Amino acid sequence: MDIDKKITDDLVANDISFVTTVPCKQLAGVIEEIDNRDDIFHIPSNKEDEGMGLCAGAWMGGKRPAIIMQNTAIGVTINTLATLIQYYRMPLPMLISYRGELREPVACQVEMAIHTKALLAQMNIPTYHFHQQKDVEELDMILKYTFMCNKPVAILTDANFWGGYGDQ
Amino acid sequence: MIRSEILKEIAPILRDQLVVCNIGIPSQELHAIDDQPTNFYMLGTMGLASSIGLGLALAQDKTVISIDGDGSVLTNLCTLPTIANNVADNFILMIIDNGSYGSTGDQPTYTGKKTSLAGMARAAGCDNVVEVMDVDTGPALEKAIAERKMTVMVVKCDSGNAKMPVITMDPVVIKDRFMKAVSA
Ligand SMILES: Cc1ncc(C[n+]2csc(CCOP(=O)(O)OP(=O)(O)O)c2C)c(N)n1
Ligand SMILES: [Mg+2]
Repeated sequence: MDIDKKITDDLVANDISFVTTVPCKQLAGVIEEIDNRDDIFHIPSNKEDEGMGLCAGAWMGGKRPAIIMQNTAIGVTINTLATLIQYYRMPLPMLISYRGELREPVACQVEMAIHTKALLAQMNIPTYHFHQQKDVEELDMILKYTFMCNKPVAILTDANFWGGYGDQ
Repeated sequence: MIRSEILKEIAPILRDQLVVCNIGIPSQELHAIDDQPTNFYMLGTMGLASSIGLGLALAQDKTVISIDGDGSVLTNLCTLPTIANNVADNFILMIIDNGSYGSTGDQPTYTGKKTSLAGMARAAGCDNVVEVMDVDTGPALEKAIAERKMTVMVVKCDSGNAKMPVITMDPVVIKDRFMKAVSA
């Protein structure tokens, strides 16, 4: 299965046409796929809270948005999630590469990984965790759920899901 | 002129446009001077007025004016390259540059010292950047709206705030009536 294409297909099938990204090594393929799709406007942002602002505007302008980012960005976006996305009650699927999990080669990534789920739980953000490639089958339902309940929803995708880092 | 005097003067121009207004006293002043369903008031999230405005402008065709502040742009400076590289000709970023964090008691920002937001916007790649004095805001804004060319306006004015009530409208109500106005 081409996971990058499957994710992008699910976004398009759910009418998501405005996607902002800040890269992570694990996300390189899906970002490239999104960039190549005519039915998605891809706007790279420089910081994830900026990206969430763009998404909030796009939503109010009638487009379904999504953000693709690394889990370290939870540390950047708590205020924006609480005072913009949640306070005004806006839907926002967040496809998050979950660094610092099993098969992680970079020790520093573990430092935010250990806070990631606790922060998301503290924020009452519905959170899904993809460990295996087949978990992607849930993505379509998660996207529908997000736009049903008008909340930010986190989809954590770990290194195992993306196929590891090769021979490191 | 201080921010509230500028807002009073341009209220008749803003009335017909989609406006995203900065956190704190700017939103309180606009709300008190001329509350409109076409106004999106930020109640928090300092820094994102320009990002919300750009996202909104890219998603639909109506003109969008983000009323921002110097302190807020400084805290979200990465917005300028994103604006420059994703041109929305229906977008006007109007930065009320009073050289201070007005809402929190007029503490000075660096734009009152050596830093030029117009210079930073140009360096970020924004093509159409104008710096105007407070008294010239109305005509400059009308020109920017008429041109339908993405514009960054830096409005230099005095520091100071009018005494206005806090906005008590529920955020979901603000959003709901704004979205209805956007799609009307
Ligand atoms: C993250 C964060 N830090 C600080 C504040 C407090 N704060 C609210 S408004 C504001 C000043 C904004 O200044 P500016 O954008 O220049 O607008 P002005 O009030 O001067 O028009 C500050 C510091 C905040 N709301 N959020
Ligand atoms: Mg200011």
